[in-house]
Amino acid sequence: MNTLIFRTVAPFLTALMVLFSLFVLLRGHNEPGGGFIGGLIAVSAFAIYGIANGIAAVRKALWFHPMTISAFGLFIAAIAGLMSIFFAVPFMTGLWVYPVILGVEIPLSSVMLFDTGVYLVVVGAITSIALALEAEEDA
Amino acid sequence: MAATPTDLSAALVMTPVATADWLVVLPPAWCILAGAVLLMARKSLHLQGFLAVPALAVLVLLDALLLAHVAANGPVTMVMGRWLPPFGIAFTADLTGVLFALAGAVVALAGAVHALTDIDGSGRRYGFYPFLLLLMAGVSGAFLTGDIFNLYVWFEVLLISSFGLITLGSEPRQIDGAIKYAFLNLIATTLFLITTGYLYGIFGTLNMADIAAKAAAGRAELPLMTLAMLYLTAFGMKAAAFPVNFWLPASYHTPRIVVSALFAGLLTKVGIYALLRTLIMLFPVEREELSFVIALTGAATMLLGALGALGQNDIRRLLGYLVISGIGVMLAGLSLGSPGGTGGAIFYALHSMVVMTGLYMAAGLAGRLSGTFDLSRLGGLYARSALFSALSLVLFFAVSGLPPFSGFWPKVMVAKAAMDIGAWWLAAVVFLSGFLTTIAVGRVFLLAYWRPAGGALSAETIPASALLPLVALTALTAVFGLFPEALLSTIQLAAQGLADPRAYIGSVFPGGN
Repeated sequence: MNTLIFRTVAPFLTALMVLFSLFVLLRGHNEPGGGFIGGLIAVSAFAIYGIANGIAAVRKALWFHPMTISAFGLFIAAIAGLMSIFFAVPFMTGLWVYPVILGVEIPLSSVMLFDTGVYLVVVGAITSIALALEAEEDA
Repeated sequence: MAATPTDLSAALVMTPVATADWLVVLPPAWCILAGAVLLMARKSLHLQGFLAVPALAVLVLLDALLLAHVAANGPVTMVMGRWLPPFGIAFTADLTGVLFALAGAVVALAGAVHALTDIDGSGRRYGFYPFLLLLMAGVSGAFLTGDIFNLYVWFEVLLISSFGLITLGSEPRQIDGAIKYAFLNLIATTLFLITTGYLYGIFGTLNMADIAAKAAAGRAELPLMTLAMLYLTAFGMKAAAFPVNFWLPASYHTPRIVVSALFAGLLTKVGIYALLRTLIMLFPVEREELSFVIALTGAATMLLGALGALGQNDIRRLLGYLVISGIGVMLAGLSLGSPGGTGGAIFYALHSMVVMTGLYMAAGLAGRLSGTFDLSRLGGLYARSALFSALSLVLFFAVSGLPPFSGFWPKVMVAKAAMDIGAWWLAAVVFLSGFLTTIAVGRVFLLAYWRPAGGALSAETIPASALLPLVALTALTAVFGLFPEALLSTIQLAAQGLADPRAYIGSVFPGGN
């Protein structure tokens, strides 16, 4: 897949897909979407980038090791569930804050934090697998 | 967006949750948290052990506190996300679940300490400690959940972590063992999932308290026998019951010895726990119908395990067969279903968790000192270290069910319960398998310990961190063998709670359902 067209388009496509994956992640709260599917879209983006420019470029672009990203996602998902201990409600109860930033009310919730955790777990785990498979192909 | 003034009490738990009730979810949540931290810190190899051991010590503490809480207040329930059961996923801890969880945590802590010197840099790089913590998340979750689909999810969590542990090091023979292990376990898991789907089709609920109540109410019309039989097959495979036990001796001797020790202590017992939960609590009448089948399976498992152990020359394989033989005793207890039978099964499971882990550790040390696990070449261990030999001997006595160690009481309970209903043959098989086990381990002691060494033994001293967990586990089996009263009365309450789940159901549905 080493054509000039693909290599030229891949970075733009990757950026667009990562952006779209974040959109799907945030949209998932009330509409179809969410952390899992958003994470898969982000992984597809990294996979395309890897096919075009090699896995070394992806690893460099990600900065963190995919497994570390995955572990961090697991960590914040667990924290999102445990936060409710301070409010005398059961594990994983949705908690909300409504800060007003620049005149706009932004609803933030532990549910979103959990979903972000799921997103990161999926991104990390599946990217890890995808990169390992692409590395096999290169060898 | 202000909260709308609708009546939320129809869907949500409105009463504030006491902090003590959080103990129900904390064991798995804590393991996931600690596992995530260990995974992030996996490059700092020297830190891994020093993070994992305190994390597991906290897990033991959490389980012990939960046991105290449950013993004082009866079963404790927490529903996820505040949704009322049966729609919210419930975590319900009763005595049986907590006893298993506590024993599992103790075994894992012992394993983590033993691994400080047994698992080298490459094992840590492959992620031994993160996998161990995630395995414990699965094990604790399985013991504490009150939802049968959630039980399936925790099975998956512990299975995936165990795949990671069993291939630690990626040697060809480990991959070979792992494939047999993975394949058969996946079949069992799939069967479990299919049965659960079928169960959901019948009951329209996955909450175990709800199922128990609905099964009791509508037993006449519902095809419960099919469910009971399918669960027996699925969990019997997980527990390595005859005739679906062959994956265990084919795989348990391949991984690192600590991994074998943890698997022998934890994994098959999760299968036994699930059998107790489904067959005693959910489908007691169907279990009664199946009791002869389960008794035959148990007897065959006991004998096959003991005879298999007699025929092995590799100590690790021999121990694999002893795990199977123990599963047979638990199945015999399960088949009886009486308080003595169920109690004996629970007690034997707890005993087996501690003793099998200790035995694998002892075998690992014997192998480290001699450089071989082959009985025809082992020798001279008694002359090498009398203390180590004494510890091993205690564990050998315990696994054979000889007094005064912890294996004696549950075997007596099961045999007595069998004789009470006139099943003399089952009691005879329990004793016969104990006798055969004594010969099998006696042979190990004779050859590996008493016989003069054929070659030079390693001059390496046994490190304290490897010996300490072995001493602790041996002490546990001796203490519960000598002073079983406290544990016995707790286990009797646990068995009653399983047979008569009114308190369990009442904890999930405080207002009745």
